[in-house]
Amino acid sequence: MQLELSAEDAAFREEMRTFFTTEVSQQIRDTVLEGRHLTKDQIVESQQVLNAAGLAVPHWPVEWGGKDWTDLQRHLWHEEMQRAGVPIPLAFNASMIGPVIAQFGSQAQKERFLPATANLDIWWSQGFSEPDAGSDLASLRTSAVRDGDDWVVNGQKTWTTLGQHGDWIFTLVRTDPEVKKQAGISMLLIDMTTPGVEVRPIELIDGGHEVNEVWFSDVRVPGDLLVGEPGQGWTIAKFLLGNERVGVAPVGATKRALATLKTTAADQLDDPLVRARVAELENDLLALELTALRVVAHSAGGEPHPASSVLKLRGTELQQAVSELALDLAGPASLAARAGDDSPQEGWARRSAPTYLNLRKASIYGGSNEVQRQIISRTILGL
Amino acid sequence: MDFTYDDEQLALREAVRGLLATTYADHDSRRRTVAEDPGFDRALWGRLAEMGVLGLPFSEEHGGVGAGPVEIGIVCRELGRVLAPEPYLASVVHAGGLVAAVGTPAQKADLLGRLSAGELVLAAAGTAPGTGRASGAAGVRASVSGDAWTLDGVADPVVGGESADVLVVTAALPDDAGTGVFLVESGAAAVTGYAAADLTRAASVRFDASDATPLGEPGRDLRASVATIADLTRIMGANQALGVMESQVRATTDYLKSRKQFGVTLNTFQALTFRAADMYVSLELATSVVDWATMTIAGGDRHAVADAADRAGLQVSRAGRHIGQEAIQLHGGIGMTAEYAVGVGTAHLEVLDQWLGNGLHHLSRLSARVTDHDLVEALS
Repeated sequence: MQLELSAEDAAFREEMRTFFTTEVSQQIRDTVLEGRHLTKDQIVESQQVLNAAGLAVPHWPVEWGGKDWTDLQRHLWHEEMQRAGVPIPLAFNASMIGPVIAQFGSQAQKERFLPATANLDIWWSQGFSEPDAGSDLASLRTSAVRDGDDWVVNGQKTWTTLGQHGDWIFTLVRTDPEVKKQAGISMLLIDMTTPGVEVRPIELIDGGHEVNEVWFSDVRVPGDLLVGEPGQGWTIAKFLLGNERVGVAPVGATKRALATLKTTAADQLDDPLVRARVAELENDLLALELTALRVVAHSAGGEPHPASSVLKLRGTELQQAVSELALDLAGPASLAARAGDDSPQEGWARRSAPTYLNLRKASIYGGSNEVQRQIISRTILGL
Repeated sequence: MDFTYDDEQLALREAVRGLLATTYADHDSRRRTVAEDPGFDRALWGRLAEMGVLGLPFSEEHGGVGAGPVEIGIVCRELGRVLAPEPYLASVVHAGGLVAAVGTPAQKADLLGRLSAGELVLAAAGTAPGTGRASGAAGVRASVSGDAWTLDGVADPVVGGESADVLVVTAALPDDAGTGVFLVESGAAAVTGYAAADLTRAASVRFDASDATPLGEPGRDLRASVATIADLTRIMGANQALGVMESQVRATTDYLKSRKQFGVTLNTFQALTFRAADMYVSLELATSVVDWATMTIAGGDRHAVADAADRAGLQVSRAGRHIGQEAIQLHGGIGMTAEYAVGVGTAHLEVLDQWLGNGLHHLSRLSARVTDHDLVEALS
């Protein structure tokens, strides 16, 4: 047992901190730190700055831009990025499809997609959930039928985050309706400019356009865009979702948001009740961060530690709790949610209600928190 | 950074666990022990001395082992797992810690040597670590006439006080000169023992011009040292509470797997398994903070230790309420009975918490400091 970072890891952390706070534009970082929305161009710019320095996809295989870091180094990279307000590399590219293609893709797919995916020259969207397949993903119905060398896709995906920016979409489709539901699923990569693909926005309770429905009507997809083997889609999806849970607890960003709140709402910190809520949240976040460090230190061979479910569950609860505090501190000023920029109310207060509403999503996506409880009770407790 | 035990620490854990299992193989043994005086097992205390466990925190020159906080934490966690009533926290960690921190070389050699050998039981009186009066001593006052010191007042609760041979008493110095620490032979004070809610023993101690020997340099204000030893004791108490909670989570999951109602085992019901999952979450989070706080002690910065004690104290207090209450609820009626360990564990958690510093106390202290920092740094 030892608390200090090794000299090597401490130097690594310093190197990351220096890079993130000096090489990524202040304007982008301020946007993140103040909780405002990034434009597509800002997200692309930031990822390309990271990628040029080899810091966009450190967890990929080395030949495709990975760094062969330890889990602790990857954790420090992730935390320092959040602390500095640097946007995390686009999850659909860096955490989801990139590792999938590197693991399951053909050589041609790797060469075609991986460099462009790391550099965000291609913006990927995720086509997994359907109206009748949410947490029960394996019951998805979007079909792909063989026609010569091609697949013809019909169906509907939903909750496609930032699909309006998407160039390509990685989809789970049913290629064999005759077998057990998990065994009939495959993964197809689909160019979103293909005729028959239609993206329709879904307006959310925060007023934002963040997610979409994606409709497929007789969309013709060349056979070489199937990842792995037909019927391997469920295995690939489990691999992908396993990766998703690792980085899904935004410890650094939530700590940063709470610290920022102490500054923006400084005048209310004379109230002992407010101070107590801040103190309790800071302690809960410390517990979460230390648990993340324990998980990192104990993860073996890239397999997510079973306790990563704790991180997702608790990380999203705390993310939501900080947004609740922000909303409470904003009080009546939060009503100006959709007022223009000439509003006399401060920006953080105007954003507090939409942010609070938006973050309700956090306990639903990435394997809902009820799914996480199921994993804990079954896998860890053996219940 | 490393959150795992090394081989020697694992060996210590197994040895202590094995020894405790000989005395507290089941909850009945604990029930019998606490029902009779002195409320703990003297033979086990002697074997803990032989194993070096009682001398763990103290230097070899004073008859101890010179081990670090992680090792002491391991012992406390194991004691917690079986709800051991032995006064390890009170006698070795708290009272022994005071002697080691402020005693003269001769006092340390004498008292710590005999404490380590199991020949002497100490108890700390005059302050409870978590009362918010930790560095003061309103209840007991010291007087001096020439070189002769006496104490007056009441200390209560004095955990382990009933069987202590020597009391290590924190008292207000004359002329508002701060806080002194004194040694009082138990015969020089009126000690009235009682059992706490978890059936461990405590005492009310009345001093009436009781002869006292200053610990360390006479008349010196020892407030800072007294507070630091209280903080160390809080962190070790958090380790002990963690052991209790580990046992409760394990007992609850075992029960859900074996208990049948409506013709099926209880783990068939998701309403119950989800609550067990939440107990596990609380346990993991508390473990992380307690391990961190324990490692913080080794850094030696007393302000960092004070902060760590508040943070571990708050986390363990919250987790103890959650796990302790749910352990009883998920067991149903059997959890309410004295013959079953789970509910007694909940009582033990509460006694540890109220004695050493409850959530309200630690949250109050943390709240006062909330504007002193931007972020809470987990790693320095």
